[in-house]
Amino acid sequence: MSSPKGSEKKPASEVRSTATQNLKKKFKPPKDEHLLRKTKNKKPNNTFTKKAEGRVVKRQLPKFKSSHGKTPNSGAVQKFSRPPKTGQKGKEGAQDDQTEEDPFPGDAPIPHARLQKHKRGKAEDLDKNGVTFLSNRIHLKKKEKLVKYAVNLAARSEILLPEETGFLEPAKGDCTSEITQVQIKSSVDITSATKQFDLSMQFGPYAINYLRNGRKMLIGGRMGHVAAFDWVTKQLTCEMNVMESVHDVAWLHNETLFAVAQKEWTYIYDNQGIEVHCIKKLNNVLRMEFLPYHFLLATTNDSGTLSWLDVSMGKMVKRTHTHLGRLDVLCHNPRNAVLCCGHSKGTVSMWTPNFVSPVVKMLCHTQPVRSVAVDQSGVYMATSSIDCSLKIWDLRTYNCLQSYKLGCGASNITFSQRGLLAVSMGNIVEVYKDICTETIHKPYLKHFVGSSVSGLKFCPYEDVLGVGHARGMCSMLVPGAGEPNFDALESNPFQTKSQRRETEVKSLLEKIQPELITLDPFELGEVNRQSVIEKFEEKTRYMV
Amino acid sequence: MDKDMLKKQIENMKFQATMERWPLSKSIAADDSKMKVKVLVRNPDDYLRETKRDIHKLPRNYDPALHPLEAPREYTRALNAVKLERVFALPFIGCLDGHRDGLSCLGKTPDHLSWLYSGACDGELKLWDVAKRRVLCTVQAHDGFVRAIAYSQESSFLYTVGDDKLIKQWKSEAEDGSDLKAPVNTILTGGMLTGISPHRSKPILATCGEACNLWEHTRAQPIKTFQWGVDSLQSIKFNQVEENILAACGSDRSIILYDMRESVPLRKVVLKMRSNSICWNPMEAFIFTVANEDYNLYTFDMRNLNSPLNVHSDHVSAVIDVDYSPTGKEFVSASYDKTVRIYDARQAHSRDIYHTKRMQRLTCAAWSLDDRFIFSGSDEMNIRIWKARAAEKLGVVKPREKTALRVNAKLIEKFEHHPHIKKIQRHRHVPKHVYNARNELRSGRIAARRKEFNVRTHTKRQKPIISEKVKAIVSEQQ
Repeated sequence: MSSPKGSEKKPASEVRSTATQNLKKKFKPPKDEHLLRKTKNKKPNNTFTKKAEGRVVKRQLPKFKSSHGKTPNSGAVQKFSRPPKTGQKGKEGAQDDQTEEDPFPGDAPIPHARLQKHKRGKAEDLDKNGVTFLSNRIHLKKKEKLVKYAVNLAARSEILLPEETGFLEPAKGDCTSEITQVQIKSSVDITSATKQFDLSMQFGPYAINYLRNGRKMLIGGRMGHVAAFDWVTKQLTCEMNVMESVHDVAWLHNETLFAVAQKEWTYIYDNQGIEVHCIKKLNNVLRMEFLPYHFLLATTNDSGTLSWLDVSMGKMVKRTHTHLGRLDVLCHNPRNAVLCCGHSKGTVSMWTPNFVSPVVKMLCHTQPVRSVAVDQSGVYMATSSIDCSLKIWDLRTYNCLQSYKLGCGASNITFSQRGLLAVSMGNIVEVYKDICTETIHKPYLKHFVGSSVSGLKFCPYEDVLGVGHARGMCSMLVPGAGEPNFDALESNPFQTKSQRRETEVKSLLEKIQPELITLDPFELGEVNRQSVIEKFEEKTRYMV
Repeated sequence: MDKDMLKKQIENMKFQATMERWPLSKSIAADDSKMKVKVLVRNPDDYLRETKRDIHKLPRNYDPALHPLEAPREYTRALNAVKLERVFALPFIGCLDGHRDGLSCLGKTPDHLSWLYSGACDGELKLWDVAKRRVLCTVQAHDGFVRAIAYSQESSFLYTVGDDKLIKQWKSEAEDGSDLKAPVNTILTGGMLTGISPHRSKPILATCGEACNLWEHTRAQPIKTFQWGVDSLQSIKFNQVEENILAACGSDRSIILYDMRESVPLRKVVLKMRSNSICWNPMEAFIFTVANEDYNLYTFDMRNLNSPLNVHSDHVSAVIDVDYSPTGKEFVSASYDKTVRIYDARQAHSRDIYHTKRMQRLTCAAWSLDDRFIFSGSDEMNIRIWKARAAEKLGVVKPREKTALRVNAKLIEKFEHHPHIKKIQRHRHVPKHVYNARNELRSGRIAARRKEFNVRTHTKRQKPIISEKVKAIVSEQQ
């Protein structure tokens, strides 16, 4: 294992040849898996052990050591053990080469949870499933290897993410729900402190909408006040009073267009506040949701009609009459672009533009449903009703995971990017952490807003919660709410004008057709068994 | 108490170490009696480019939660990719004009990738510089047809055979093709000559005509003659990997295999119709493809001649010539139905079809040795240059563009079984005579199959089932 200190000196040429041999060993291409079938007991191809001349170096299996709680420099995995730099080249340097050993041979282990996050489903067991031809089986196995490699690489690249999530740790003995916004504001830096602000306006209960990259904000007051502004710099993009009642506001695909649901019809305005369209087909709209990947503006109606409007072409994709009464509770599931509506009979129904009837109808409460929210990953759904109950549902199995009893009926609920749930009850806004996975007893944060809350939205990529109420709006700091690391190819808060234009064109080219909206977004990747069977039967009909 | 203090100090230091990463937020002393808070804050300097001449910064996060709807988005991108591929599928590059009679054969040389030799029916041999689309040299090689052109890698000579029963040896090394003016050597043979093929490493040539003869260019008589039956041979080729094996197509509908070292031919397989041309796979040692008169091409493994490996069908008239790509994965076939088809070596149907209104009966096809171009020679005295991959961009491709093209190709491959994408990818405009002929042939085939099925289900004593592949073979002889 370790070479004795008094090793004999070798001639320079020999030493150099072993060095090149070591080099060659380092860059050996990995063997194919199927060829290693017989050598299953062998340890993984260790490319970094240095074989001393004539001596066999025993390899050690890399022990998985969790990196949780470790400071960066302790027990760092020495993946590339370089020989120490010596003044003399040649013999002595090479000898040092031979004596040093890599204490952590092989690649650094990846924590299982991180790897699971990046996996896209189970790997196919190709030996058992019926792949008749060996060449096809080998081909598919190679593909599986590539997939595995990609997953590995993505999991490893997490180390490069620049930001960390926010957190809030109370003093010993206290709990976080007793911490006020003032306290938080005074404890953080100036930039973050400016994100907590209050606007008092007198134009009625306000509805709020944040732009997809968290940069700009749109507020719409019931009495007709509509304003779009950059909420960080407080720079106003446009402000107007539409002289009509405004029920909901929504940004379209970027900051150049937004839609306002006014008293009779829906209007679309430019970022300068110029009215661009008046859409008479979307009449008496109560709630609006924009589906960003499909460029669809989904609206619910006073008379129970759900409409999907393609804003890139101006075409009405579908209008369904739900026959379920007034629809004033709407939420969209970001995972599969399905709309969830809550009804006065306590049911929640899910709609796609491809079917006339709801794809899912769940009985959630006994009393009318007041609010519905679906989290970012599309796994959990939170519903609240008039009878002060709040329930968490699993959207894969449609089971009720948690059931809570609140102080009073929650009028608005919304999920943040990291799974925090904000609930507004009357004047109070409460934020809950880990509500879906565990049964919790206390809120994470509480805030007393002066008047009854009418709009509640988390700002994407920021630790901020926007609350619209009867006398204006207020912006709360909620540490740990926003996703710290954005993907610039999805939504970039630091977008320049040229980047915005390019993104607009690219996303229009990749606009998903509304026919592809299904409950299971990965259905497209699966084989349509029925049609394959039909084709096969037709082909082999006259085969002898 | 000291221990506690020490512990607190250590904790404090640890905390400081971690807090050092967030310079903007106030570092609170690691005191349990105070709360700790960190709110997400981003320094714009980390996310914006420094100068106008830099590229924009693009931080990435590959978390699948941030990328919803992956399958529909990829599908849409694949759809766009396949449509763009069809938009850019312009395979015709140009036409080499100059011969005064129909083309009869094409020849390639590995030393100059942009050179092409062409032999015409009036005996003219032309050397073309394909990149500049002009003739480098013209020489009257033979009296009568130039039947075959072959370049010997071993001795770097060019050999041509013609209807005047001569084998001519040419030297062609000068950059302007001037040394092609006169042949270096001429061998007068007694009989008809239809094809020639040089050995890969030895200075031996094989010609076919009435029989298969092996020549050495210094001798005036063949060093060996193989004879089997009395019929003539159309085409002969040496195997480039297994260097001593030859294959030839005979006019008695047979394909004959020879080993140069033996004294008699090895074996023979008789098909239902005559084969026009033969080509060995340059990468696989034992695979060859024949172009047959029954509108198909057959790929055989020379070790097992009783059943072809593959039957490549799609042509609507006799297939005249076949040539493999230097990668060995694809081949091109020229047919009497005025079209050129490209096949994947393992697929039964063509992946692409090239045709022009002006291109009449084809006589020869070649795949350039850099795997990028296809040459087709036809009856109307023109050689046409086509791209091997119709949507490929010629010229300088920048790295980002290259990546984008590769991503598109991979996306198409991933979704190629989806009906819409498959439909767009396979769609080709086909000349009307081909379209009608294809439908006719297809209905005939379906009818034949249905009839056979009916006969089988209603007879008591049944003949053994022969697979479609084997049906073309009549017998195998040794």
